[in-house]
Amino acid sequence: MTSGLLFACVGAGLFVMGGSGVLLLKHLLRRILAFNLMGSGAFLVLVGMAQRHGIADPVTQAMVLTGIVVAVAATALALALVRHLYRLSGKLELPEAADDD
Amino acid sequence: MMIDLAVWLILLPLIWASLAFMAGPGRGARLAIPALGLQLLLVLLLAGTVSESGAIGLAVGGWGAPLGIDLAADGLSVAMLLLTQVIALPLAIYARSYFQVKAPEGRYFWPLCGFLLAGLNGLYLSADLFNLYVTLELVGLAAVALVAADGGSRQLVAALRYLFATLLGSGSYLLAVALIYAAYGTVSMATLAPVITAEAPFVVWLAGGLMLVGLMIKTALFPFHFWLPPAHGGASAPVSALLSALVVKASFYLLLRLWLGPFAGLTASAGLLGWLPATLGALAIFWGSCQAIRAQRIKMLIAYSTVAQLGYLFLIFPLLTSEAALRAGIMQAFAHGLAKAAMFMAAGVLIKATGQDRVDSLAGAAQQLPLTMFAFGLAGVTLTGLPPSAGFLAKWLLIEAAIGQGAWSIAVVVLVGGLLAAGYVFRVLRQGFLLVPAIAADAPSFHPVPRTLEWMALLLAAASALLGLRGVELMELVALGGAA
Repeated sequence: MTSGLLFACVGAGLFVMGGSGVLLLKHLLRRILAFNLMGSGAFLVLVGMAQRHGIADPVTQAMVLTGIVVAVAATALALALVRHLYRLSGKLELPEAADDD
Repeated sequence: MMIDLAVWLILLPLIWASLAFMAGPGRGARLAIPALGLQLLLVLLLAGTVSESGAIGLAVGGWGAPLGIDLAADGLSVAMLLLTQVIALPLAIYARSYFQVKAPEGRYFWPLCGFLLAGLNGLYLSADLFNLYVTLELVGLAAVALVAADGGSRQLVAALRYLFATLLGSGSYLLAVALIYAAYGTVSMATLAPVITAEAPFVVWLAGGLMLVGLMIKTALFPFHFWLPPAHGGASAPVSALLSALVVKASFYLLLRLWLGPFAGLTASAGLLGWLPATLGALAIFWGSCQAIRAQRIKMLIAYSTVAQLGYLFLIFPLLTSEAALRAGIMQAFAHGLAKAAMFMAAGVLIKATGQDRVDSLAGAAQQLPLTMFAFGLAGVTLTGLPPSAGFLAKWLLIEAAIGQGAWSIAVVVLVGGLLAAGYVFRVLRQGFLLVPAIAADAPSFHPVPRTLEWMALLLAAASALLGLRGVELMELVALGGAA
């Protein structure tokens, strides 16, 4: 197994873990962390699988940098919303059922 | 010249959004409205250029792929750009008077609206998969912030649900982009289209599946629609109109573009694949319509109607071998975009005037607010699909394509869906028109509302109802540059 493939497999594992975390966890901070884990997984796949003969590909590096900026922005927005929700309701979880009406 | 047009369509909203942010809370309308007019002009010029010389592409700053960013515009993207600006301008005029009355809700509307439009225009003009990811995230984050900007805990919960759904969707899309890049060493859609064939390795199929699921979550296709009704129904009226009319169309456009472009080799070889989105679309039509018929609050009714109407967009996927299906999809996107914006705007007027948002409290609305109820009715005509509206044309094209290919089930779904739509539209109209208000003492009181609000809702509703008469020009535009 080449190092690139190893990176990609770890990345895929992280992505699945993070994705299930976003879906299943209740605590909002943990969900935000899970989202970051998911993003890091995708970045690892991007960097790992694009290596040819152990030489890093500059295009993927640029993509991952852009991706990190997007992930930071999304995390900041999520944290701001969670903090505001905590101030209003004192809870760090979303209510069970979506109120349909 | 054409280079400038495409770039300025992205730069202009970014500029006025930033200026609006610097000007402070609640300000920026005076800048945004002329800028949106200019954007509309730019799109019309771009449409002229594309219809003269076919699809155009350009490398921003002269860098070119792979390190630079390529933009491209063909008939399909110009049509979507046109829809975006045509709705955005009247919506901005509406929002200006709406937020003057109820200022705190609109503190950050203008900057966020500008960033959202910049993201949408960028998405329609992008030529590579990664740039599409970035614009998709821009649109998603701006939309979530708009939902939350209202500030109540109900809106915050809706915004957080929306945020997690949209992040999950774009996360799977990003992983798919990584897999595609690993397999082919490029993310340019034009380069990928000829090389992805039915014999593609497993990772490419996996990538296609991830993109399909991710974009279905973002378009709120049944059963991923859970985030949409609270987010669209809970936000203030201009925001609901923006989200329901434009934002969900962006991920639909992307799915269509991928389906017909880079992944055409895969989708053509797996003919049954198109029935997955179509089946979910049919379920969305039934589920969304039934929930809309049962809804107590008027904005929830309209939001569930969005879930249903999005279903029609996905019915075209098994039929895409014929050009007519694509036309039906774009016509439905226009019909729903215009009508749903008008409907949310009319609902905003009704809520402002009656001070509450229950369907039952609309008695006598037609006497007090005839223009608004007329706008709601016209938009309802489009959603139900009565002639000569754009909705009628969309359904006609769709049924024609379905029968032409022997897919009778789709034709039946379209017809039943129209009846169900009539069910929820007439629930509102019945309250508004037929019930005479009770004795003056406990009759609902109507507050005066700015006339601009009513006229803008009517303008978009009339556009949706009359577009059916000018459908040919639009269809010619879509066919230009061949999306396939």
